Amino acid sequence: MAKLKIRSELRFILNGEDVALKDVAPDETLLDFLRLRRSLKGTKEGCAEGDCGACTVLVGRLSAGRLVYESVNACIRFLGSLDGTHVVTVEHLAGEGGHLHPVQQAMVDFHGSQCGFCTPGFVMSLYGLWMKSPDPSNAEIEKALQGNLCRCTGYEAIMRAAHAISTYGKASKDPLLAERKAIMQRLTALHDGARVEIGDGKHRLIVPADVDDFAKLRDALPEATVVAGSTDVGLWVTKHMRDITPVIFIGGLEGLQSITEDKGVVTIGAGVTYTEALGLLSKRIPALGPLIERIGGQQVRNMGTIGGNIANGSPIGDTPPPLIALGATLTLRKGSRRRTIPLEKFFIAYGKQDRRPGEFVESVQVPMPAKGEKFAVYKITKRRDEDITASLGAFKLALAKDGTVKAIRIAYGGMAATPKRAFAVEKALIGKPWTEETVLAAMEKYAEDFAPLTDMRATADYRALAARNLLLRFYVETTGAGTPVQVTRERAA
Amino acid sequence: MTKHTPNLKAARIVGGVHASNPHDSAHKHVSGTAVYVDDITEPAGTLHAGLGLATVAHGKIKSIDLSAVKAAPGVVAVLTAKDVPGDNDISPSGMHDDPILADGEVLFHGQPVFCVVAETRDQARRAARLAKIEYRELDAVIDIWNLDAETHKQVTTPLVLDRGDAKANLEKAPRRIKGRMRLGGQDHFYLEGQVSLAVPGEDDEVTVHCSTQGPSETQHMIAHALGVPSHAVTVEVRRMGGGFGGKETQANQCAVLAAIAAKKLKRAVKLRLDRDEDMTATGKRHDFAIDYDVGFDDEGRILAIDYTFALRAGFSADLSGPVGDRALFHCDNAYFFPHVHAKSAPLFTNTVSNTAFRGFGGPQGMVGAERVIDEIAFAVGKDPLEIRKFNFYDPMGAKGSRNVTPYHQTVEDCIIQRIVAELEESSDYARRRREIAAFNANSRFVKRGLALTPVKFGISFTKTESNQAGALVHVYTDGSVHMNHGGTEMGQGLHMKVAQVVAEEFQIDIDRVKITATTTAKVPNTSPTAASSGADLNGMAAQDAARQIKDRLIDFAAETHQIPRDQVVFLPNRVRIGNQEISFNELVRQAYIARVQLSAAGFYKTPKIHWDRAKGRGHAFYYFAYGAACSEVSVDTLTGEYVVERTDILHDAGRSLNKAIDIGQVEGGFIQGMGWLTTEELWWDGKGRLRTHAPSTYKIPLASDRPKIFNVALTDWSQAYEPTVHRSKAVGEPPLPLGLSVLHALSDAVASVADHRICPRLDAPATPERVLMAVERLKAEAAK
Repeated sequence: MAKLKIRSELRFILNGEDVALKDVAPDETLLDFLRLRRSLKGTKEGCAEGDCGACTVLVGRLSAGRLVYESVNACIRFLGSLDGTHVVTVEHLAGEGGHLHPVQQAMVDFHGSQCGFCTPGFVMSLYGLWMKSPDPSNAEIEKALQGNLCRCTGYEAIMRAAHAISTYGKASKDPLLAERKAIMQRLTALHDGARVEIGDGKHRLIVPADVDDFAKLRDALPEATVVAGSTDVGLWVTKHMRDITPVIFIGGLEGLQSITEDKGVVTIGAGVTYTEALGLLSKRIPALGPLIERIGGQQVRNMGTIGGNIANGSPIGDTPPPLIALGATLTLRKGSRRRTIPLEKFFIAYGKQDRRPGEFVESVQVPMPAKGEKFAVYKITKRRDEDITASLGAFKLALAKDGTVKAIRIAYGGMAATPKRAFAVEKALIGKPWTEETVLAAMEKYAEDFAPLTDMRATADYRALAARNLLLRFYVETTGAGTPVQVTRERAA
Repeated sequence: MTKHTPNLKAARIVGGVHASNPHDSAHKHVSGTAVYVDDITEPAGTLHAGLGLATVAHGKIKSIDLSAVKAAPGVVAVLTAKDVPGDNDISPSGMHDDPILADGEVLFHGQPVFCVVAETRDQARRAARLAKIEYRELDAVIDIWNLDAETHKQVTTPLVLDRGDAKANLEKAPRRIKGRMRLGGQDHFYLEGQVSLAVPGEDDEVTVHCSTQGPSETQHMIAHALGVPSHAVTVEVRRMGGGFGGKETQANQCAVLAAIAAKKLKRAVKLRLDRDEDMTATGKRHDFAIDYDVGFDDEGRILAIDYTFALRAGFSADLSGPVGDRALFHCDNAYFFPHVHAKSAPLFTNTVSNTAFRGFGGPQGMVGAERVIDEIAFAVGKDPLEIRKFNFYDPMGAKGSRNVTPYHQTVEDCIIQRIVAELEESSDYARRRREIAAFNANSRFVKRGLALTPVKFGISFTKTESNQAGALVHVYTDGSVHMNHGGTEMGQGLHMKVAQVVAEEFQIDIDRVKITATTTAKVPNTSPTAASSGADLNGMAAQDAARQIKDRLIDFAAETHQIPRDQVVFLPNRVRIGNQEISFNELVRQAYIARVQLSAAGFYKTPKIHWDRAKGRGHAFYYFAYGAACSEVSVDTLTGEYVVERTDILHDAGRSLNKAIDIGQVEGGFIQGMGWLTTEELWWDGKGRLRTHAPSTYKIPLASDRPKIFNVALTDWSQAYEPTVHRSKAVGEPPLPLGLSVLHALSDAVASVADHRICPRLDAPATPERVLMAVERLKAEAAK
């Protein structure tokens, strides 16, 4: 094994410029760096928690040999996580002499800005979308903008602008895309295989060289905060001002970023983002697609990882309940030792998971539903998109030939201190005919499984009522009663 | 734009009034070059302030230990109430009940107690958490729902409106319903939070860059707090990242604290609140408890009504008095009440002091009106739209007597009939009503609802002295124009509209008119940019200034060429003087050489209006703006989730100064109103802590919440009844209550589960939870 190189300098590209920094605080955000150290003030702080999108910038990174640009929230993105990437801010868009980019010109011509404070963020989100999908559908635009709040326009003018961008210029003529090869070369050159270490002792940030290096570091520094997407840890800093040092940034570890399928099982590396997982998961387990698209906004999905969503242990994480219903297993690693447990066993109590000192979540294995099995997941929130779960239910059903329930797994989020199975409800269904009568009777069992709380998202009564009604929705959807059971954003034909 | 060569043959100028110019800063917004207060290049040595907030809802401060704060890295100073050199008060009402920093007692959870100043913002924020403050906790009143409006402490004198004899006519009415409605508040959620940068000057001078809607009031507050004359204080604002009323009085605290610190430390000081602090420590739209008692006949015509509008004022008066007043002014919405008694009750609570928010109580009044319409419709078994139309004020020009408001003003300009008729047709209301009934009959879980609601909104500050404005216009020797006025830009396109008025007056292209930052040093004693009045007042003042200069130019040309004044005509970019034409620029050059003054201060005050609050009578509004919206929703009756399928709007902006800007105001106002009434929920816990203090917990609408089909139009036929600026009408606030159509469409969908026999009495915000609970209640009642 080659000797590990250690570099005490963070390197990335900022707009056109190569940046090398020896002074980076472990908890320094990209937004503060841009505004305070570089006077790039087009990127705004609206909320400092990854919800409003005023700070949206693009981060380009090499992924499986390709250069991918994604919108991210600079307010909760740590500078230390950007080694080997290309950061693009709104200042980089306009051409020579201030000639506006097609995205910008469309926003001007269609009156897409009023107060203008959110506008750079919208421009960057639309720019990120336009690179991937120059002529996007209404639904694509709405998804790309889920993480951007505008309080003035009511969005209609922004949507009109978004639809018109392609009439202002071709994506292929875009400077960033035209320079793709050169940027890739520059980024490749930055990837020198070194571990990055900046700072001393506790006040230190580390970017491991690879997964094995991370495993070693994790074992050696069990007190370190491991940061993947920073969509939660970011708030520990910006809102709670917690000391998170030392910090290990694993967002760039390609070894944790594979998502593969083998013998009916999808294996998701802990570093796979929601965006990366979406493609394969929505093909293999279609019900997960629309769920993932309602987690955070696009920027959060581009940063946040399913591994982080699990490791975090939150009772309102959106991926554990469906993965538990699907019978997923979790692989944890300490040094070079691994163990695999049923995912539901990982969640012991509020704030307590079955993760030992020095151990980290390496991957989750998700069995695809067998042929004939029915699977659904429903998320209930105050606002449809970019909202945190009030109650979320996941159901996997196998029927016997005679129409009775052979097996059913039901798991909920938002209903208890951890993601939790509804065993009493399951018991009331197993072996019974899959009929409305059975379902209505089983709905009475929810009170045995859950005693939800009242908080700012919902009252206990609402959580209890809506949760049980989801079983009825699942029943009606699986039996194909014909009329719609849910409201949707799709436009009627 | 500097190389502008005016077209001297043009038939019309570029970008004059009624042209759909883009926002003056649009190109800067999209490229990130528009400068907001936090983007201003800081003077060397600028310090940063942070706030220490109270951690109890009500209590006496037993002790304050700030030693750890002072010892924290980077901290330069810590200010408490005793460090205020002048008056520790920023009450805008004269009630002296709004301390800058709490002194001895805290009255709400999150009230600023001290201000820490450090080398960096991060240091200030971290240091602020190190304070040790002991409180003797006292009982706190958080919610108003269970308070007695008659006996509970009020923060200011309530208003009573009385016309006819409501009591007697309620008693003899054939039908009568009493009810109560809970209506939530709303956080402004301007994307740019509160921020001020104070730069100390010589002697007692200070300049404060502040994101404020009311620079003059901010100036006066700073002067009071510093104990210096107003002339020592300059407040400047180029633009805000949104205001919506939230920066009318609420900007003052940051401005005052930054100024005090800057003068004390002789260094520039910036105070920018974190979003959570902003939402916790600054006021919001008032939530209301509305009691109604209505008498009507079997046809559904209102005979008499009695209202109590109780509002959560919070711990101080702030603007709660006038907000309650405006609720009463709009409790009729577009309907004639033959006999009416209505009163407000601005109730004291141990919560943040609520304040102005787009509509200023007016929308809350209308919610009360529309609830009553719903009640009557269900009682008589008719479509609510029929009841609405049946109760409208008489149309403009009618010789009837159903045209007097509860405050004794005669409605002279009512055009709601025509707007509603046109919208009913363009939205295909009748057909869709039938289709929805058929859909609901065949859909077990998803139910649709439809509602068409009107808006009539009174335009003028009810505080009469606020209805004045000033402007300052300079014409430079090259014919370019510098324009300044007392209004502030918060995204509403005010500067562009006023520039259009000036361009039109001089007949020069719009890019010859320079828009400049609002500053108290150029135009003094201005009113806050509020009450939708920005373009009405400042447009007229700027027009006055331009006309003065134009008059002098005409005098000069007439005299020089020895022709009558009427032979001097301003044409696009040029002036016809007798038989010859010269460019505007040339005329200006010649006038300068002839020593003609090319600068003028303009002024305007709204005519006709008067208001006697004690009597509850007057001509409170110069005119009314009208509009209507028709919304259709789908509701999932298993979870209460919903989507807005379609909204059609027809809105009256008079002869619009700028249709593109006005359409933007209508679309944005509607969505903001919809958000208020649907997903935006303020939630306090048992300790009086606001727990929805950030976008993660407080949910304003997203792009994917807007109606799937959204048709917005302005009336192309209306014009202001009064001689407003180019016969345009104010458009800031009136569209917000169009969002009521969504609340009522939800109510209609809910009603379908009980076959439209029971009024759902759906309260607001109608979150999925409230919708589901209403569905359950109706199902249970129908099963009885």
